[in-house]
Amino acid sequence: MTIATDAAGQTPAAGSAETRTPILRARRLVKTFGRVVGLDGVSLELFPGEVLAVIGDNGAGKSTLIKCLTGAEIPDEGEIFLDGRPVHFKRPQDARAAGIETVYQNLAVSPALDVASNLFLGREERKKGILGSVFRVVDQKGMRQKARDELTALGISTLQDVTVPVENLSGGQRQAVAVARAAAFGSKVVVLDEPTAALGVRESNQVLELIRNLRERGIPVILISHNMPHVFDVADRIHVQRLGKRAATIRPETHTMTDAVAIMTGAARE
Amino acid sequence: MTQHTTEPPTSALDLAEEFLDRTTPLSRIRNVLHRYPAISPAIVLVLAVIVFGLLNDRFLNPANLSLITQQVAVVGTLAVAQTLIILTAGIDLSVGAVMVLISMVIAQTTVQMGLPAVLGLFLGLVVGLAAGAFNGFLVTRLKLPPFIVTLGTLSIFVALTLLYSGGATVRGGEMPELLTAMGATFNIGGVNFTVGVLMMLLLYVVVALILQKTAWGRHVYAVGDDPESARLAGISVNRVLLSVYLAAGAILALGAWIQIGRTNAASPNAGAELNLDSITAVVIGGTSLFGGRGTVWGTLLGALIVGVFRNGLSLAGLDVLWQTFAVGVLIIVAVAVDQWIRKVRK
Repeated sequence: MTIATDAAGQTPAAGSAETRTPILRARRLVKTFGRVVGLDGVSLELFPGEVLAVIGDNGAGKSTLIKCLTGAEIPDEGEIFLDGRPVHFKRPQDARAAGIETVYQNLAVSPALDVASNLFLGREERKKGILGSVFRVVDQKGMRQKARDELTALGISTLQDVTVPVENLSGGQRQAVAVARAAAFGSKVVVLDEPTAALGVRESNQVLELIRNLRERGIPVILISHNMPHVFDVADRIHVQRLGKRAATIRPETHTMTDAVAIMTGAARE
Repeated sequence: MTQHTTEPPTSALDLAEEFLDRTTPLSRIRNVLHRYPAISPAIVLVLAVIVFGLLNDRFLNPANLSLITQQVAVVGTLAVAQTLIILTAGIDLSVGAVMVLISMVIAQTTVQMGLPAVLGLFLGLVVGLAAGAFNGFLVTRLKLPPFIVTLGTLSIFVALTLLYSGGATVRGGEMPELLTAMGATFNIGGVNFTVGVLMMLLLYVVVALILQKTAWGRHVYAVGDDPESARLAGISVNRVLLSVYLAAGAILALGAWIQIGRTNAASPNAGAELNLDSITAVVIGGTSLFGGRGTVWGTLLGALIVGVFRNGLSLAGLDVLWQTFAVGVLIIVAVAVDQWIRKVRK
């Protein structure tokens, strides 16, 4: 069976992983762009409560893989399962509706709107009664309170004033808002695309802390990153993508950063 | 008098941050203006009223103030439509032309075709919505820049108006009373107001509430702020844009009704200056041409500022060309201030 060989061959020291059921599973995804092969039969498993990093060189198919998982691209072949059920995302909204939240590299926050409005953007809650149902008035007070609770739950203590426009926040705080939005709505999976790429050391650490908090709350995370120290810092398992294929899935305990880079560049085979 | 607090500073980094936060008075003013963009036009309006009041006794005369509000009513109404569109980072050069077309449709269908006034107004609303749908369709489906779209539809609507009306003005006396009702006056505390002015103010209240209190309002800002972010947040950008152009069309129908009352006529040659004057009011009111920032209250202040300047300079005995000159200066200053405000501390 393909899955078995996949798992056995590419998830060393993951004996327990085989018995668990993945919350998100991609099987043999193929995606071509004209004559360019973006994904060449890639499989991926994300288990409950883990941080799975996806690394790979430019053009290795990281972004395409993530886009297929989050509905931004439709794979030519292969299947995606969420909670064991096959899913077919046609738009990012489909993936979100199914519980896969993505934090994009460009953050996707609206700078002029305040923190609470950004957290609830696109899914505003309305007031109860006639004000909400007929006049469609949003429940600003309630949303602000929920925003505060959510940020506290994520351990973002520096961001208690949810009425501040997002453009007045630092890069790390904006990232925190974007992550909080992804985690806030009962999501099953949070996908973070290069969340530390534009941040300084201190802010990067805050974001890594945030990722750990997500894991503690039982939300599995897929983390795409170029930054090896960050990946090895927070990831439970690391999916290495190379030339449109999964080169290996390794663990930080059993492999070093040098090993990972070697697999990534093709200097070593797992 | 320094009191030592019991809690020591937690770390050097916190201290450094606190130090960086201590901004200069100027940048603090800028931050406040940034958060409340209607403050600067409010200050300008108050100053202008004081200065013109000192220059000429007649300026603060109730009759004169009433005149200013009436002169502002039509452009103020159109400027609401313009604000909605500019908030989405668009622009509409055709608002005046559409309004005139609507006013001719209302007048012709009731006077020439003898339809009831209510039906005439309804047809005017339909024409406004159709014009908005047309602009909105070109912007959202053909992905043309709003500037180009409305530059084109400006000519189209002007031509349609003249073709449809044959260039003839319809006098208010020939129309059913309902159509000129917006010109009727009532008195509050010695100042005469027209129904049209009241309707304009009501429109501001309603649109301000919608923008502030509904999800649609937030989405308008989000789309103007960053359309890609809005899309990724699950907002249907095209639907919001189209709804904004439709809402603008409906507001223009109200503007046409007010215009008929104000001038006591429907003239196909009126309102050419309103296309740009509405943009002037929005810009002076502190709404950013880059979208996502501004309020309709700022626009009302902007419209009042233009009205006060024109009226005040005219009472001061200056040539009408100097009024135009002053409005030009106001626009440039307003945009320059907007640019400065947008450079908030990062």
